Amino acid sequence: GRDSALFRLNRLPARHFSAAAIPAPNTQPDVHYNKLFINNQWHDAVSGKTFPTINPATGEVICQVAEADEADVEKAVKAARDAFRLGSPWRRMDASHRGLLLNRLANAIERDAAYLAELETLDNGKPYAVSYTVDIPNVVKCLRYYAGWADKWEGKTIPIDGDYFCYTRHEPIGVCGQIIPWNFPLLMQAWKLGPALATGNTVVMKVAEQTPLTALYVASLIKEVGFPEGVVNILPGMGPSAGAAIARHMDVDKVAFTGSTEVGHLIQQASGSSNLKKVTLELGGKSPNIILSDDAVEQSHFALFFNQGQCCCAGSRTFVQADIYDEFVERSVERAKRRVVGNPFDLKTEQGPQVDQEQFNKILGYVSSGKREGAKLMCGGGVAADRGYFIQPTVFGDVQDNMTIAREEIFGPVMQIFKFKTVEEVLTRANDTKYGLAAAVFTKDIDKANYVSSGLRAGTVWINCYDVFGAQAPFGGYKASGTGRELGEYGLDNYTEVKTVTIKVPQKNS
Amino acid sequence: MVQLPFKYLFINNEWHESCRGGKIPVYNPATGKLLCEVEEADNEDVDKAVRSARAAFEMGSLWRSMDASDRGQLLTRLADLVERDRLLLATLEALDSGKVFLMAYFVDLMATIKTLRYYGGWADKIHGKTIPVDGEYFTYTRHEPIGVCGQIIPWNFPVMMFAWKIAPALCCGNTVVIKPAEQTPLSALHMAALIKEAGFPPGVVNVVPGYGQTAGCAISHHMDIDKVAFTGSTAVGKLIQKAAGDSNLKRVTLELGGKNPNIVFADCDLEYAVEQAHSGLFFNQGQCCLAGSRVFVEEPIYKEFVRRSVEKAKSKVLGNPLLPGVDQGPQIDQKQFDKIMELIESGKREGATLECGGAVWGHPGLFIQPTVFSNVTDDMRIAKEEIFGPVQQIMCFRSVHEVIQRANTTHYGLAAGVFTSDIDKALTVSSALQAGMVWVNCYNAMSAQCPFGGFKMSGNGRELGEYALQEYTEVKAVTIKISQKNS
Repeated sequence: GRDSALFRLNRLPARHFSAAAIPAPNTQPDVHYNKLFINNQWHDAVSGKTFPTINPATGEVICQVAEADEADVEKAVKAARDAFRLGSPWRRMDASHRGLLLNRLANAIERDAAYLAELETLDNGKPYAVSYTVDIPNVVKCLRYYAGWADKWEGKTIPIDGDYFCYTRHEPIGVCGQIIPWNFPLLMQAWKLGPALATGNTVVMKVAEQTPLTALYVASLIKEVGFPEGVVNILPGMGPSAGAAIARHMDVDKVAFTGSTEVGHLIQQASGSSNLKKVTLELGGKSPNIILSDDAVEQSHFALFFNQGQCCCAGSRTFVQADIYDEFVERSVERAKRRVVGNPFDLKTEQGPQVDQEQFNKILGYVSSGKREGAKLMCGGGVAADRGYFIQPTVFGDVQDNMTIAREEIFGPVMQIFKFKTVEEVLTRANDTKYGLAAAVFTKDIDKANYVSSGLRAGTVWINCYDVFGAQAPFGGYKASGTGRELGEYGLDNYTEVKTVTIKVPQKNS
Repeated sequence: MVQLPFKYLFINNEWHESCRGGKIPVYNPATGKLLCEVEEADNEDVDKAVRSARAAFEMGSLWRSMDASDRGQLLTRLADLVERDRLLLATLEALDSGKVFLMAYFVDLMATIKTLRYYGGWADKIHGKTIPVDGEYFTYTRHEPIGVCGQIIPWNFPVMMFAWKIAPALCCGNTVVIKPAEQTPLSALHMAALIKEAGFPPGVVNVVPGYGQTAGCAISHHMDIDKVAFTGSTAVGKLIQKAAGDSNLKRVTLELGGKNPNIVFADCDLEYAVEQAHSGLFFNQGQCCLAGSRVFVEEPIYKEFVRRSVEKAKSKVLGNPLLPGVDQGPQIDQKQFDKIMELIESGKREGATLECGGAVWGHPGLFIQPTVFSNVTDDMRIAKEEIFGPVQQIMCFRSVHEVIQRANTTHYGLAAGVFTSDIDKALTVSSALQAGMVWVNCYNAMSAQCPFGGFKMSGNGRELGEYALQEYTEVKAVTIKISQKNS
C-alpha cells in the first residue's frame, strides 16, 4: 500500500523489496509457541493460568497463552540473575561474540520474515504488506545496528590530578526488566533487546497481552542462535500483575517501559517504592505537525493514520497556516475518504482494525467528545465493519486547543486540524501540552525550519518529512512523553553502569 | 590440487590484462617452484584503477548515495564469504607466503574475518557533531570519506593486511586502489572476486598487484589519489612520505618496522615469559613488524631464561608449512633470506654468543634454523637493525631505569612487552615505553577493537579500533546563519 511506499522507517534499496515482491501471505499461520520462555525453556505458568489472544480483524480467539504472574517473574529474575553472575558464560563472552549472536538473531528473523509478518498481522491487525516491508526489515536493521556496537562501547582513560592511573569501564547494569506494548510488537522487542544485549545485560521481558505471539517465536530463535540460557526471558502476562511484579522487584536493576503515560507514572513510583531501579520510559504523545508549505497533505495524512493511528508519535495536532488551511482540509478529507480499510491480509488494505475492544471503545468515545465539544466532523466518525475493531478514517476540522480531542492521546484514526496565523503563535500552541515526543514542520524556508525546530520542545523533530526513523538516530520524549533515549549510540547509555577505577602509581607522566 | 584462478588485475569489478603485458612470477617459498604468473600492474594500470575509483566516488554515485548501514552490510557479507572460503584462502596463503597452514587458518583468516565484521559494524556509527559556536549560527560537522585511497600492503600477512586496509577505508565510504606485494598477490585477488560477489559497486575496490618501484611509486606520486596508506619497511615509508610531499600532499599513514623490546623482570612467571618471548619473536618465521626482537631479561633470571629459550628454539619443527606438526616454514624469498643470514653473521662477528641455530636448515627452500643469541650488547647490529627472521636476541639488565632507557634508545617505537607480577612496575614501565602497543604479561595480543601503530619511525597513524576511522575521514564543518540562536 501507499504507507509502505512512504514509510521512511524502511529505505531498503529497490532490489530488496518492492510491492511485487511481497509473498502471498498464509492467512492462518500456525502458532508454535504459547508458553513462558525462561532459561531457554518453555514453561507453563506456576498458577497454570492462561489467557486468550484475539485476532482483532474478526474478534475471534487465536489461541490460549500461558499467563505469567509474580511467581513466574520470580523464576525469570532468578534465571536472569544467574546468567549475569561473575564468571558466567555471558559475562565471560567476548563483546564481539555478543555482537555475533545479535547478528545471527537478525539473520534468523530475516530467514523467517514471511511467517513472522503473518503472525504479527494475525495478532495485531496491521496490514500484512506493512508487517512484511516495514516492521520486519526494521527489526532486522535494529538488531544488526546494535550487533555492531557490542565491541565498540568504550570507556576512557582519564588524566586526573595526582599520581593515579584512572579509567572507566562501561559495564552492563545487570538484570533488566523490559515491558513492551502492542502497537509494534516485534519492533518494540528489537528496540529493547538490541541495546540491552549488546552491552551485556540479561533481560526479563513482559510482552503485551494483546500481542504475545511473535515475541515468543523470536524467543525460540534466541535459543536457536546460541544465546546462553537465562540471558533472555520472555513472559506474556498482564500489566497489573506481571508488569507490576517486574517494576517493584527488589532484584531487577533497571526497568524500561514503553506504553501509556498513565502507566509510566506507576512504573516510576514502583521504582521509588522498591529498590530505586533505573527507569527509562517511552510514553504517549500529542505531537504537533506544523504546515507552512502547500505540499504536505499526503505526509500529514500518513503522519496520523499510519498503523491505524496507533503510534506514540502520531502527528495528532495538524496546525495549518491560515492562507493554506481551506485547501489543506479539503484535500485531507478527500484523502481520508480514499483510505482503504479492510482485511489486513489483503495487500491493497491500508488500514486494519484497532488492536482490541478497549481501544476501539476509547477511540469512539473521543469521536463523540469531538462532536459534542463543537469540532467539525468532516468525514468518518463511525464503525467501519460488522465484526472486528474497524473504525472509519475520521477528520475533525476547526479544532480548538481546549477541546478534549486536542489535548488527549486518542491512539486511533482520528485527525485533528487547527488553523494558525504566525510562527510565534504556533510554536507556543504546539508546546502547550504535557507531552513532548515528536513534532514536525513543513516549510521550504531555511530560517523558519531552523527557528521552529529549535523552538519545539520535542525529542524528535522532522522537517519536511514525518515518521522517519533509523536505528542510528535517538528517539525519546521531553516532559511527560518519557525519560531517556532509545536507538542510536545514546540508547547504550541506559543499559550501562559506568565504573571509575583509580590506581595509585609511583609517578604519573603524561 | 588447489585451484588458482584469479591472475588478472581487478579494476571496476572486471578482470584486466596489464597494459604493458608484464607478468609477476609467483613462487612457493617452501619449494622454490613457480605457482603461477599474475598480471603486473604498471603506471597505466594504476591510472586506470584510479579513474575507476574516482568515478565510483563521484557525487550521486551508487557508493556515495548508499545508506551507511548498507556499506556496513556489504562488509559483513564479505566477512561471510571469507568464512565460506576460509579453507581455500588459508591454503593459498600458506602456499604463497610459506606460513604454517594452521596459523594461516586459525590466526590470519580469523583476524581477517573479525576485522571485516568489526568495521561492518562501524559504518553507520560514524558521528559528526553539532557544535555550540558563538553567534547566530547553527554549526555541525560532517565526517566525510577522504576519497580515493591508495593502499600498499606487505607480504608477511597478505590477506590480513588486505582486510586491515580495506575495511576501515570502505566503512568510511572511500574507494580504494590497493597494491598487494609482488611476492604474495594470490589471496588479494581471491578477495577481489569475493568483493564483487558480495555486491560492492564497480570501482569501489581495485586490486593491482605490482612492484614497489613501479606500481607502488605510481600510487604514492599520483595526483588524483587523496590518501596513501603503506605498511612495510621504514626505508620505503620515507619514500612514500617524500612522494606525497612531492605530488599533491596526499594524506599519509605508515605502519613500518620495529625492533621491539620485550622486558622480563625477575618476578615474572618464568616459564610463561619464556614461552611468550619465544612466540613473540618466532611467530610467522620472525617476519613480524611486532617481533619482540630485543628480549631484556633481569639479571637474577638471565641464565635460566636463556637456557629455556634455547631449549624451546631447538624443539621447533621446520618443514612443509602445509603439514600439521610443522612450527616454522621458509622465509619469504631469497632477498630476505640473504639479509637475515648476513645479520646472523654480523652477530657472530661482533661477539654475541650464538646459543643455537645460526645457519641454513638443510632442505631446499629458504629455511633458516631457529637462532638464539645471548650476551648481546646494544651497539651490535643485531641489537639495532630489524632482522625480520627467526633470530632472537637476549640481553641482560639490572634496573628498571636502565632498561627503560635502553628499550627506548631506538628510532623505532612500534610495540613492547613487560613481564612482571608487580602492579607498580607494570604501570610505570608501560607508561614510560615509547611504543604504540605495550603488552603486560602477554605478547602479540591483538584484536580488531584495539588500535595498532607506531611511535617515532615505526610510523604514523593508527590502524584497527575506532581510531582507524580518523585516518579515513575528512571533517567538514558547516555553519548556517540563523535568525535567532537558542540553546
